[in-house]
Amino acid sequence: MTVNGARRRIDADPDSPLLSVLRDGLDLTGPKYGCGEGLCGACTVLLDGQPVRSCILPVRAAAGKRITTIEGIHHPLQDAIVEEDAMQCGYCTAGMIVSGVALLNKNPNPSRDEIVRHMNGNICRCGTYLRIVAAIRKAAQAHA
Amino acid sequence: MPETTLQIEPERYELAAQPTYRFQVDRRDFLGLLGGGLLIVFSAGAQESGRGRRGEGPPQDLDAWLHIGEDGAVTVCTGKTEVGQNIRTSLSQAAAEELHCPLASIKLVMADTALTPYDMGTFGSRSTPTMAPQIRRAAATAREALLDLAAAKWNADRSKLAIADGKIARADGGESIGFGELTKGQKLTKTIARDVAVARPLCQSAPKVAARDIVTGKHKYTSDLTRPGMLYGRVLRPPAFGATLLSVDAPSLPGVTVVHEKNFAGVAAPDAQAAANALRLLKPEWKREPAGGSSGGELYEALKKTAAPGNADVHGSLDEGLASADVKLQATYTVAYIAHAPLEPRAALAEWDGGKLTVRTGTQVPFGVRAELAAAFGIPEDRVRVIVPDTGSAYGGKHTGECAVEAARLAKAAGKPVKLVWTREEEFTWGYFRPAGVIEVSSGARRDGAITAWQFDNYNSGGSGIAGLYEIPNRRTAFHPAESPLRQGSYRGLAATANHFAREVHMDELAAAVKMDPLEFRLKNLKDERLRAVLHAAAERFGWGQGKGIGMACGFEKNGYIATCAQVAVEDSRIRVLRVVEAFDCGAVVNPDHLKNQIEGAISMAVGGALFEQIRFNDGQIVNPRFSLYRVPRFSDMPEIEVVLVDRPDLPSAGAGETPIVGLAPAVSNAVFHLTGTRLRSMPLEL
Repeated sequence: MTVNGARRRIDADPDSPLLSVLRDGLDLTGPKYGCGEGLCGACTVLLDGQPVRSCILPVRAAAGKRITTIEGIHHPLQDAIVEEDAMQCGYCTAGMIVSGVALLNKNPNPSRDEIVRHMNGNICRCGTYLRIVAAIRKAAQAHA
Repeated sequence: MPETTLQIEPERYELAAQPTYRFQVDRRDFLGLLGGGLLIVFSAGAQESGRGRRGEGPPQDLDAWLHIGEDGAVTVCTGKTEVGQNIRTSLSQAAAEELHCPLASIKLVMADTALTPYDMGTFGSRSTPTMAPQIRRAAATAREALLDLAAAKWNADRSKLAIADGKIARADGGESIGFGELTKGQKLTKTIARDVAVARPLCQSAPKVAARDIVTGKHKYTSDLTRPGMLYGRVLRPPAFGATLLSVDAPSLPGVTVVHEKNFAGVAAPDAQAAANALRLLKPEWKREPAGGSSGGELYEALKKTAAPGNADVHGSLDEGLASADVKLQATYTVAYIAHAPLEPRAALAEWDGGKLTVRTGTQVPFGVRAELAAAFGIPEDRVRVIVPDTGSAYGGKHTGECAVEAARLAKAAGKPVKLVWTREEEFTWGYFRPAGVIEVSSGARRDGAITAWQFDNYNSGGSGIAGLYEIPNRRTAFHPAESPLRQGSYRGLAATANHFAREVHMDELAAAVKMDPLEFRLKNLKDERLRAVLHAAAERFGWGQGKGIGMACGFEKNGYIATCAQVAVEDSRIRVLRVVEAFDCGAVVNPDHLKNQIEGAISMAVGGALFEQIRFNDGQIVNPRFSLYRVPRFSDMPEIEVVLVDRPDLPSAGAGETPIVGLAPAVSNAVFHLTGTRLRSMPLEL
């Protein structure tokens, strides 16, 4: 598969979650384990541009595809997250950014409701949700 | 070895979750340690920096806290941990402000038992009121020493020197010199004077230190770390609390280490998948104890039945107070067990080097975990080093070291470093919970709104914040510890949440009974100026008195004053919080934007405990140990939030991570009553 632009040969149990392969095999530790059932979004990566929960995606489903992790993302949303102070412990942040970038790629100027609907699968236990919404709107404006 | 009892929060009621493991001491290691010279050599090395002990005050020699490198970089050491509360940033600000140097030239070394002075732990909202002044005194002492050095170097009048932007300059515009050039990396050997002059916080927002590493995915949490040759661990969990492991059959697998000692069994394998597979192949035989007990109504009965009398705080005479009352009320409130659910589960990476143990782990109590590890393996604390990377949140849930002990046990058997990351289900099950509790209140008030009698009994959920600041002549408050069916411990705003919920809902009930506006009723019974000020501030910003479904609450905890106003809607019996205004006074504001962030975060987290979080259990098992079964707040649950900071630059700064969580649940319950006429007395609130 292609990971952050580089072709990588993976030797792993095809049923291993993509998340373990990225973290333990390729030392891409930006995507995080949070729940193992695709419900917190901390493990979110892009698969051919679409956001997926890598903790429940078997690596065989990613064979031959393009994977983008937080380490491969350079987007105004990252600056906006810093500027809006939209994090506390930061453990959810990579997943938030990847999900947010997927939204902005699809919809460059999302409404508040569209942001909430798209981002609702990502948990921030520290409760910085409103700041993340503000950061996504700010990044959308910066892009426009 | 002496038995070590882990004290979680000694300064107030916190239920101490006892260590889970104690392994057999290897007699040979033990004697070797005592007989040889290694112990002395190691502790002499550690003495360079890991100074201070339990039961002593913090060391007051400057070089335990602060070092200036040849490049002018300032290293400041503290035993506090960064768990998202942004204490790394605000403590760096404290040092930079005293040294008059850029924030970027401060580097904080945090929570490393070999490098930082002894620290009891990061809890109780103590970092800002106690550690920030300590770091200010250290930095101010260093500043004075630097001025002395410059004055001597130039043979100049010290009062004619200015210190700014990381440099010392002659006030007449002559030569200037950087900190690094001046000290040339030499130790600053000074004693920190208790009365060294320090400044008040500047009340300046500064961005989170390390924010850039977080948004690029570079920051390494414990669960991201690796070591050469590292194995991945998994632990065999009992089918229920209290079960005993009788035997384990394990197939021999290449590269896999299996450990079975007493009630502990686990595996270490070259990768996570192999560890999971090896764990599945273990064939354990368990003996289950009939655990009994379950969540629901009977839990609260059981807590009351097992409660101790406790010490009552009594003023005046309840009988006289009730006799003079026009209205009398009695009500019972309950709070459920809830989980911290930090997004980074407990994690530890343990490594043995001969008889020395190093564990990197996410904990709020690094020195306590060091003691726990030493006790578990029967080795002196000097041979254990605990390092805490900035951690993926905790909320009071990471005080204990069971994950560290498990990783260390596996690493000892494997002879290689082992990383153990708890699964979400383990995190929900094998940590500890915020205690459930029952609170009974009886009260009386006159028709003019004066409260004449107040009896308040808290069963099991803790004594912090039990007193309140209302002026009530006849009152009796008591906390009654009880037997908890679940392992319980610290939590953000632990007992104060329960006590504020019961008190502030009851205040709303009394206000309704005497037909007074809830704000007016509170003010009638309140003299404390700071609490009155936040009440006025919140009510004014909220537009109190307008609209349907509004409620308020106020309170005082850990030297912070809080008032919360909320507006709710009900859709299909589902409560939705629409809008929250919270005013907060924690003394002098250090970093206003980060303070607002903490308050917003506390309100957001509080939505969960108020509306839907509840640990369900039955017969020794947690029934809902996953996010699919245990709902936490999400984007769609967020109200509009407005924060009003009541800055008191004339007063010392109090901590702010906890107190802002206590007002939301009662304000929401009171708002539901305002909207529907239904009184909700149990957290989580359900219509």
